[in-house]
Amino acid sequence: MGVVIVDGIEVEVGPQERLNGIQAAERAGIDIPRYCWHPGLSVVASCRMCLVETGNRNPESGAVTMFPKLVPACQTPAKDGTVFITTSDKVKQSRAFVEEALLIDHPIDCPICDKAGECYLQDYHFEHGQKERRADIAPFTSRRRDMGDTVTLFVDRCVMCTRCVRFTREIAGTSELLVINRGAHEEIDVIDGFPLENKLAGNVVDLCPVGALGDKDFLYSQRVWFMQRHPQVCTGCSTGCSIYTEENQDRVYRVKPRENPHVNQWWICDDGRYGYHHVHSEERLIGAVRQAGDATEALEWSAALPAVTAALEAAGRLAAVLSPHLTVEEAYALAKWIRQLDPEAVLALGPVTTVGADETFKNGFTIRAEKCPNRRGVEEVLRHFTGGVTPFEALVAEVDAGKIGGLWVTAGSPTCWIDDSTAERLAQVSQLVVQDLFASPLWERATFRLPGVSFAERAGSYVNVADRLQTAAWAVRPPAGARVEGSVYWELLGYRGLYAPRRILDEVAQTIPYFAAAAEPVPPTGVALKAPELAAAHAAAGGQP
Amino acid sequence: MKADDPNIKWIEEPQLGLTGRMYLPLIVQGLTTTTKHLFGPKVTVSFPEERPLIENPLIYRGVHRLNKDEQGRVKCVACFLCATACPAHCIDIIGVESPWPDREKYPESFTIDELRCIFCGMCEEACPVDAIELTSLFDLTGRSREEMIFDKEKLLSVYDQTKDAEPMPSVRLGITPAHRGMEGQH
Repeated sequence: MGVVIVDGIEVEVGPQERLNGIQAAERAGIDIPRYCWHPGLSVVASCRMCLVETGNRNPESGAVTMFPKLVPACQTPAKDGTVFITTSDKVKQSRAFVEEALLIDHPIDCPICDKAGECYLQDYHFEHGQKERRADIAPFTSRRRDMGDTVTLFVDRCVMCTRCVRFTREIAGTSELLVINRGAHEEIDVIDGFPLENKLAGNVVDLCPVGALGDKDFLYSQRVWFMQRHPQVCTGCSTGCSIYTEENQDRVYRVKPRENPHVNQWWICDDGRYGYHHVHSEERLIGAVRQAGDATEALEWSAALPAVTAALEAAGRLAAVLSPHLTVEEAYALAKWIRQLDPEAVLALGPVTTVGADETFKNGFTIRAEKCPNRRGVEEVLRHFTGGVTPFEALVAEVDAGKIGGLWVTAGSPTCWIDDSTAERLAQVSQLVVQDLFASPLWERATFRLPGVSFAERAGSYVNVADRLQTAAWAVRPPAGARVEGSVYWELLGYRGLYAPRRILDEVAQTIPYFAAAAEPVPPTGVALKAPELAAAHAAAGGQP
Repeated sequence: MKADDPNIKWIEEPQLGLTGRMYLPLIVQGLTTTTKHLFGPKVTVSFPEERPLIENPLIYRGVHRLNKDEQGRVKCVACFLCATACPAHCIDIIGVESPWPDREKYPESFTIDELRCIFCGMCEEACPVDAIELTSLFDLTGRSREEMIFDKEKLLSVYDQTKDAEPMPSVRLGITPAHRGMEGQH
């Protein structure tokens, strides 16, 4: 155990920990400004913003000797006895000079820059910069250069921190970006014919500390200070990256990664980043509908639920398809309700869409082929109710055999998930209830059509491929006429008040041992459900690692 | 600012003197003012037959206008700062990439709900390119609520209507685009 002293505050550093000055200061609650250093990337110490005074404390005498020059905190290891001083006049002056040097050739076009409001250069200038600008070198141009299909570079805004270049080399492993020219003429560029087009490309925009790299999808669409961010879980694949969904007045404008060391670190893939557009699609299903023969009848939600209940009660043998797009709470609530109506009801797992193969990047970030967020969670709910997992095909076979009278199908996939022939076979049941996001062959054939919601409107928990349960809050309200699946089941189960996923999760955690770890409040980074099992296995093996 | 702020100077209400407590002298004092106005020049006008005189239209806070540049394009760069500053949330902008090479974005739509507006002038203060201004037009009427939501075309037409009487401050103050660094340099 070592002790590092930051501005007189003693910070403990573990024997196996390798921290730099910035991380040690963070533990003391001190923020050292920096542009080029990022915890996920290699250290270059090129921006000089994190310069601090450093010294050593003699372990025997306790006397502190300081180095005469300032050193970059990002490159200085925090060892036992290392002393950092971050608030001296020397340090403050150095920061002001760095800010001034950066602003000499940075255009002051904050009003039209998309980064304004979350820009390091802006923030650090307010905090550490000088009030006056001694050099006013006008004019600036706004040269724009496309890096690829999704990312654009505003050349003059760049502060040459090279985070983006290091990202493509170290994380994505594709090395599209490079620095051209030298000295004051340095610029970020791509080689002709090799644009930035890897599936992690969008992350360079988040990494950029200034407004140099712009996301074409988000560009000019909204100012950042108007948006509210909501912690959610990406539902694009079974990795289940932690994300922030950023919204203003119930419209999602962008999706940003949320730091989670256990899942996605600081990154998300472009599929997830730009995969929110279906939330505001014109083709979203609106309004509950009952099909009686050839006639369709629009139903009020208040009337729809009793009608569905009555129809299913009369239909005889029941079955439900639990989509892997449902949250754990929703899957549990639907299963519980169907089993209340018919204790012998068949419960099956919805179709799991698989596209291609898993795609792993240089640092280990994986985009899964399985394009649903919660297969593991729904499977465990099914195991609890039925003792096993009935695949979708088995249910279709049961319907073919005429054993099923009423069927409740949940879907919620942004892509088409069922073909005509399967839909035709499922439609043989007398009462078919479908909850979906977009029209599908099955939707057309359903007796009751109940519009569901997308990930941005859903609250609840997802279990990712590594058995980690993460909780998402809802970000936007569903369009009028669509209802959150969970709130439908909540009402059907006769619970009072507003839909509270946490109450259902408490019940799940108490009744299903697999979810026991979720009984405690779930931290933002999620909870490992297999942890007790691993610990038990560890103990059984005699505590040997 | 809190009540115990040292910058606040607290002043005691002056006590009434003997003449004040005698009541009549104050009545006479008040009636003197009334009598003075009876015989002095009139300050009221018979609106709407007569128009009131606005002494300095440049600082009056009436209907908004969107200024145009030398080429007749909208000056606004869709930075949303007016919408941010607006305490009544009456400005709604949709910014898109501009079709012109000398600027990045421009407002595809720019609407002001004049019924919601409180005419505080914060939008004019916030604007970094002097694009939005308040004119001296004050008698704003309409037959429906929709009519009172001014769109970009309407706001630009207010500029055409008022540009001669109320020139833009940039021209007034002798600031030309060349001085402003960013504009007209490409």
